Formats: sequence, structure tokens, C-alpha cells
Amino acid sequence: METSPATLAIDQVRSEFPILSEMINGQRLVYLDNAATSQKPMAVIDAISNYYKHSNSNVHRGVHSLSQTATSLFEEAREQTKEFISASSTDEIVFTKGTTDSVNLVAHSLGELMIEKGDEIIITLMEHHSNFVPWQHLAKHRGAKLTIVPFDVNGELSPEDIAKTINKKTKVIAITHASNTLGSVLDIKRICEIAHEKDVVVVVDGAQYIPHRKVDVTALDCDFYIFSAHKLFGPTGIGVLYGKKSLLDRLPPYQTGGGMISEVGLDETTFGRTPQLFEAGTPNIAGAIGMSQAMKYLNDLGYANLENQENRVFEYALNKLGSIDKLRIIGNPVDRVPLISFVVDGVHPFDIGSLLDQMGIAVRTGHHCTQPIMQHYDIPGTVRASFAFYNTEEEAHILYEGIIKSLKLLS
Amino acid sequence: MTLEKGDAGIVVKQEEFVEQFSMFEDWSDKYEYIISLGKLLKPLSDRYKTDDNIIKGCQSKVWLHAEIHDGKLYFTADSDAIITKGLISMIVSVFSGHQPDEILSTDLTFIDKIGLTEHLSPTRSNGLLSMVKQIKFYALAYSAKA
Repeated sequence: METSPATLAIDQVRSEFPILSEMINGQRLVYLDNAATSQKPMAVIDAISNYYKHSNSNVHRGVHSLSQTATSLFEEAREQTKEFISASSTDEIVFTKGTTDSVNLVAHSLGELMIEKGDEIIITLMEHHSNFVPWQHLAKHRGAKLTIVPFDVNGELSPEDIAKTINKKTKVIAITHASNTLGSVLDIKRICEIAHEKDVVVVVDGAQYIPHRKVDVTALDCDFYIFSAHKLFGPTGIGVLYGKKSLLDRLPPYQTGGGMISEVGLDETTFGRTPQLFEAGTPNIAGAIGMSQAMKYLNDLGYANLENQENRVFEYALNKLGSIDKLRIIGNPVDRVPLISFVVDGVHPFDIGSLLDQMGIAVRTGHHCTQPIMQHYDIPGTVRASFAFYNTEEEAHILYEGIIKSLKLLS
Repeated sequence: MTLEKGDAGIVVKQEEFVEQFSMFEDWSDKYEYIISLGKLLKPLSDRYKTDDNIIKGCQSKVWLHAEIHDGKLYFTADSDAIITKGLISMIVSVFSGHQPDEILSTDLTFIDKIGLTEHLSPTRSNGLLSMVKQIKFYALAYSAKA
């Protein structure tokens, strides 16, 4: 039997994130830019620091004890990652620099493996540039067709919308699990079912989803799942590419060099196996260790509990912001991650963002690396407030009052 | 350089802004004033809002137009964001109506002194820093011609 989610001891949780006590422009920081990057708990900061203090060495190379310690920690991080997303084997976990790097790896190597002139690649209009440009580039390069599936007025996109665009030429669907601008959550499980009936490979950008909900790649049955550690309360410069082993075994390498070879001769080099095949060069060892600490932290906290806290604060924020005259929330999906993109008629998002900053409130303004969405709504950009489990109703209220004050100053 | 009566130099104009801002008690007074300057700035004629005149910041757009009359450079500018507009209104009024050599040899100091340095940071993405560079660039181009 599932237990009902517990209420987070929010003061305790917040005290584990030292940056949340910072003063910005003389005010206590209200950090609502979590979709850009999240803050890090002491457990993560300590893990990175301890690694450099006590265990730093290169991995997979040395016979000496320190190198073996570093290798163990690095491979334990892979094991932790495998467990975290319910993959079947550590061979399916490739460490990359982050989401963008992961998408580029898949686009490059899948392109080489299976995309030919006249083939079709499906993406959506709500993709972040990082899951948009690599596919656009690949399609141009290979003479393939890029099909871009639009979303409706609420920012929703159904599996049937995807199904309609699949044809005999379709090879790949690259799709976000949750939109970084609209917040929309897509039904990836159903999209994978539809795609697999037609032998289409599904690549999922989970960067915005995994900080909020539990991911189970086996249940989703996606072929690739991609995310960054830094949005998941871990360090920057490290991310994950999950791939089904059957696919990774066929995929040619992306970058070549040290650490990914089997044997190097003057004329010919034979390559190693996954995951090392895709991890040329010295990896971000401290990053992987920091990321695995973040995963441990989230496991201890419990996704159900953090979702509970987020939902409460988010509902409050949605209601409050929705009550502001002339404020338009962009996107109104039923299933959504806790972020609000909005515009105020006649006011530039940059002006609101600048004034909120004076009040210590960190939001993002601009196009959020989703220019096609901005073009779709014909707006220059939005203000985006994005929440994490450490945000409180009090902070949502400070945001609300900050917007009211900004609009008064700007009127 | 000798100044004509009533024609304050770039340094003096900057000092006037510093004095003006020293009267404000908190950030909201300061921003209220900048916003009011932004509202007062005459919109740039559409014929000058060309791609040649646009200074692309990541978020707010800035247009800058320059003309030279009797050896002095005159600037007009506009932006789609009101705070940016207020800031460029001050910068344009400081540099406009001066000889290229004076523009080139005088540093922009008042933004720093009135506590708005963050708006000139290269990461601020409001196009302001690029605009100042462009003003200096015009001055350099015209001073070479003279």
C-alpha cells in the first residue's frame, strides 16, 4: 500500500541549501529560476569537495590505490544513476556534459547509423533549442525532412498529434517530457507505444521533468532518455544519456580519443564498448559523484513528498498571478511541471525582471531558448517563475507582491 | 577644449546625473526616475529603426542613430523596454552634441557612480554596453574623417 505523501519539514530542507540564505540587493533571495538551474544541497557540495580532498585521481587507468578509489566512486555513480531511473544495466548509462551534449551525441550517432536522404525526423514546436537545433542540423546535413508538430492553445500536445505525423519514412521522434517554457507534460509512455508499432526510435529530453517527478525508463520504454545534473540539484557540466543497450551496441561513437578505444594501431583503431565508447577523454569524475549524491538526496526526500510541496506552492502561485489584471499566463496545460510563463500587456518582460531583481527575486526573462514558441504566440519573450521543492508559499506571495509593485512603477 | 556658454561638457553632464541620483533614497525612487526618463524619450522615427541601427541585446532591442552637424555628433536612440529606454536616454543626452574627440577621450563614469553598473555588465543582455561601444565607434569613425 502506498503511503500518503508527508509534509516536508521545509525549514530543515531549506537550511540544507546554503545559497537560499543569501541576500540579494539587500533582500533575502527568492530563487524562482529553477528551470534554468537548481540550487545544490550541502550533501552535493560536500561530496564534490571530499572527492577532491581525499580521492582525486584519474579513472579506469591506474593500478595505484587512489585511481582505484576514484574509479569505484565513479562507477558507483553510474550504478546509482541506473537505479535512479530504473534502467536495466549500467551499460545503458552514458555520462555526458549535460542535456545538450547528450542530444548532440544521439543526433550525430543515430544520424550516422540510420538517417538517410528522404528520411523523416519528428520533433515538436515546444522543444528547447537544445533538442531542436541538433535535429534541424542533422536533417539539413543528411537531406532528411524535419517535421515539427505544433501544440494547441493551452500548450498541449497529444500522442495522437504525433501518431498523425508518423509515416514509412519516419526514423526518429525527439521529444521533450516537459516543456521549459509552457510547463506541459507529455504522455511519453503512449508516444513510445505508438512509435514502436512503426519501428520509430524515441529520444526523450527529460531535463525539465526529472527534477519534479520520478522517471522509470523501463516503464516508459523510451529508447533514449536525456537529462542534466545541474537542474537536478547536482553540479553543472555533467549529464546523462540513457540508451537501450540494444541500440547503444549498434551506435557509432561521437567523439574519439582516449578512454574509448580497445586497441590503437597506426592504420586502424578498434573501439571499446558502451558506455566507455561514448565517454572519450577524462570524464567529469567529481561531477558524476556530485550528481549521484543529488540522486541519493532526492531518494531520501522522496519524490512523492517533494511533489506534494511543489504542487501546493505552485497552485497558490498560479491563483495569485492569475488574479493580476492584464497578466496573461502563457500555456495552460492540465498536466504540468511547476513553472509559470507570463506576459503583461504593454510591458516588456525585461522591465519586470529588472525590477523583481531589485527586490531579490530571481526569475528568468526572455525567450528561454524556445524562439519557435515565442514566434507562435507572437511575443518577444516572457517572464518565467519556476519552482522547486524548497520554495514556499511565502516566496510565491513575495513574487506576487513584487509583480504588483513592478507594474505600479512601470505604469 | 573650451566650452561655449550653456554647452556643458560630457564630464559636467555626467556630474549632474550623479547629483540628481544622490537625492533618491531607495531603489524604487531611482527606478521611478529612470522609467519617467524612458517615457519622455521621443520615439525614434521608424525610418531610423532599421536593421543597420539595431543593437541586438539578448532581450531588449536598442536602436541607435547618429548624425553629424557642424563637427558635432548627435545621437537618437530607442528601445522596446522602458528601463533600457530610460538608461539610453541618459547616455544619449550625455554624449550627444559633442565633437568626436571629446566623446572618444571621455569615459562613461556616471552609470557606475549612480549604482547602475549591473546594467552595463556584458551579461546583462540589454544591449546597453554594445550601445556605448557603438557611440565610441561612431566618434572614432567621424574623427578619422575630420
